[in-house]
Amino acid sequence: MAEENILPDEFLRQLMNVGEVDLVVAVPTHNHARTIARVVEAVRLGLVTYLPRERAVLVAADGGSRDGSLSLALEAAAAPLPAEAELRYLRTFQVVGGTYANGAGNHSPLRLVLAAADLLQAKACAVLSPSASVAPEWVERLLAPVYRKGFDYVAPLYRRHRFHGLLVRILLYPMVRALYGKRIHEPYAADFAFSGRLGADLLAGPEPAAPGDAADYLRAPLCALTSNYRVCEAFLGPREQTELAADLVPALRQTVGPLFRSMEEHPGCWQAAKGSEPLPVESGQEEITSEPLRLNRKRFHQMFCSGVADLHPVLATILTGETLADLGACAALGEQAFRFPDELWAKTVYECAASFHRNAISRDHLLQAMAPLYRGKVYEFLGHTRHSPPEEFEARVEALCLAFERLKPYLLQMWGGRQGGTP
Amino acid sequence: MKEMILQELTRTAHDLTQAFAHLVPRLIVMLIIIAAGWVIAWVVKLVVRGILRVTGFERLSQKAGAARLLTQAALPSSSELLSRLVFWLVWLGFILLGIGALGILGLQDLIPRLVLFLPRILVALLILFFGMVLAGFLSRAALLAAVNANSPSARLISGFVHFAVVILAIAMAFEQLGLAQQTVLVAFTILFGALMLGLAIAFGLGGQELARRALERRFGPPSKAEREDDLSPL
Repeated sequence: MAEENILPDEFLRQLMNVGEVDLVVAVPTHNHARTIARVVEAVRLGLVTYLPRERAVLVAADGGSRDGSLSLALEAAAAPLPAEAELRYLRTFQVVGGTYANGAGNHSPLRLVLAAADLLQAKACAVLSPSASVAPEWVERLLAPVYRKGFDYVAPLYRRHRFHGLLVRILLYPMVRALYGKRIHEPYAADFAFSGRLGADLLAGPEPAAPGDAADYLRAPLCALTSNYRVCEAFLGPREQTELAADLVPALRQTVGPLFRSMEEHPGCWQAAKGSEPLPVESGQEEITSEPLRLNRKRFHQMFCSGVADLHPVLATILTGETLADLGACAALGEQAFRFPDELWAKTVYECAASFHRNAISRDHLLQAMAPLYRGKVYEFLGHTRHSPPEEFEARVEALCLAFERLKPYLLQMWGGRQGGTP
Repeated sequence: MKEMILQELTRTAHDLTQAFAHLVPRLIVMLIIIAAGWVIAWVVKLVVRGILRVTGFERLSQKAGAARLLTQAALPSSSELLSRLVFWLVWLGFILLGIGALGILGLQDLIPRLVLFLPRILVALLILFFGMVLAGFLSRAALLAAVNANSPSARLISGFVHFAVVILAIAMAFEQLGLAQQTVLVAFTILFGALMLGLAIAFGLGGQELARRALERRFGPPSKAEREDDLSPL
């Protein structure tokens, strides 16, 4: 069994003492002493308030923290709740804690959680990031669609600043949407829920080629989309800025790399999909805020221009001559007249995916080479949407997504190794 | 006296004619061997190329990543490279055979030494090849890192890395060949030391401001420009 290889003995003992449960709420931690107690409290309040009748367990999956995150999580789970919440308890709240980076193997927190959920025969499992923004309602909003409505995967929707998470908005979302035909706004989420059967499928599937949190976090929604599971989105609330990857290059490695790799693993699934359809949305819509934010757009433009010039020999091995010439023309436009058309961005990303597939250069170098190009698109996007109302902002993102969908035949053409212009 | 001189001249001329008469057929034999060797080597090359094509060697090398390495080192495809290598090995064998047919004592002694030297040449070529590949890889890594760190001298840094690795590979190849070992080693040490010293002086004296900024960026609090760019991509 997979559990034998993934679950450490002590953790397995704790799980066996718990027995069978209905719900699992997992919180992966790694040096999150600052926030973990609040998150555990929010989870407990969420369970006792919204799902008091269900047998639930909190799983703290720790990546070898040196700040005592795991013991803090266990302490917080044993601490008394406010009196009115304590009165609502119908069942004993259970908590187990284990370490996934234990030297026995390079497993990710998700694999530990999957193995635990499988062993406990849980019907629904929610994974929550140990960020300060987790609220009690999140537990209900993620678990209820799975437990009560039969969905298999619940992707989150957040309220956040329009310019946070731009890599998701202008690359991951449009590309996943064009590839798999489903409008999943947060394909790379740290807060999500899945059903027992999807969890069992993920656990039975092969480990990602590059083990690690990132690949697994993307694998869950992609598996749900490619295997025709029921997927929905749920609005959670305001989100604190993620700690997944604050810098651009690591973020590209964590997200775009696994996405490109997944295209190789399931070519049949994405090549057949055409157009896109929205997902059912539970509990509210995505919200965009526009608080003042310090921006240095000029730096994005300058890094795009110098990147296109300095990386010309590298880009020439990744992109077609036509696309490279178009990028050069964009860089020559200057700040005021700068344009980076959506079609050109979609073609650039698709050509990068095809070059990744045919190993044109080192894959890590390819992902690094995308950073200046992304900055160029961000510069253009910021310029167009800086002062626009939310509807216009959404329309701008939608136009970009449609460009990705329109150019999907071009991706298929490039993926097959044929060079050519826009169809 | 006069007769003696004439006799000696006649004998020398006769010896020369005799030697030439012996050499010409051997020379012709050598040329025939070399020419035949070229034809045979060419045929062997075509046969090897055909076999490699039929067995899908090119696909195999692409899967193994060798094709990419060759492209990065600006070399022909793996099957072409292998067939060319076979051609040269076969022809070189015939050339040595032809030289041996000349029967010149000094040359005959050189042939085994040349044969014994061949593995060293091959190893030196391999060192050069992998040196070129490594230089390409490292210089590209340096270029990408410098561009993404917004360094103003990205290409200069990349060029320096490429140059340093190529020089190191050439020095190692020469050392393998046993050619002017001391000279190459000393030249490399002087060149590398001079470059490092030059960079240190340029950075420390000429670029005090740059050095201060670099150290501040590495160890100090983030600058205003950096703070303003803290948009989270995820």
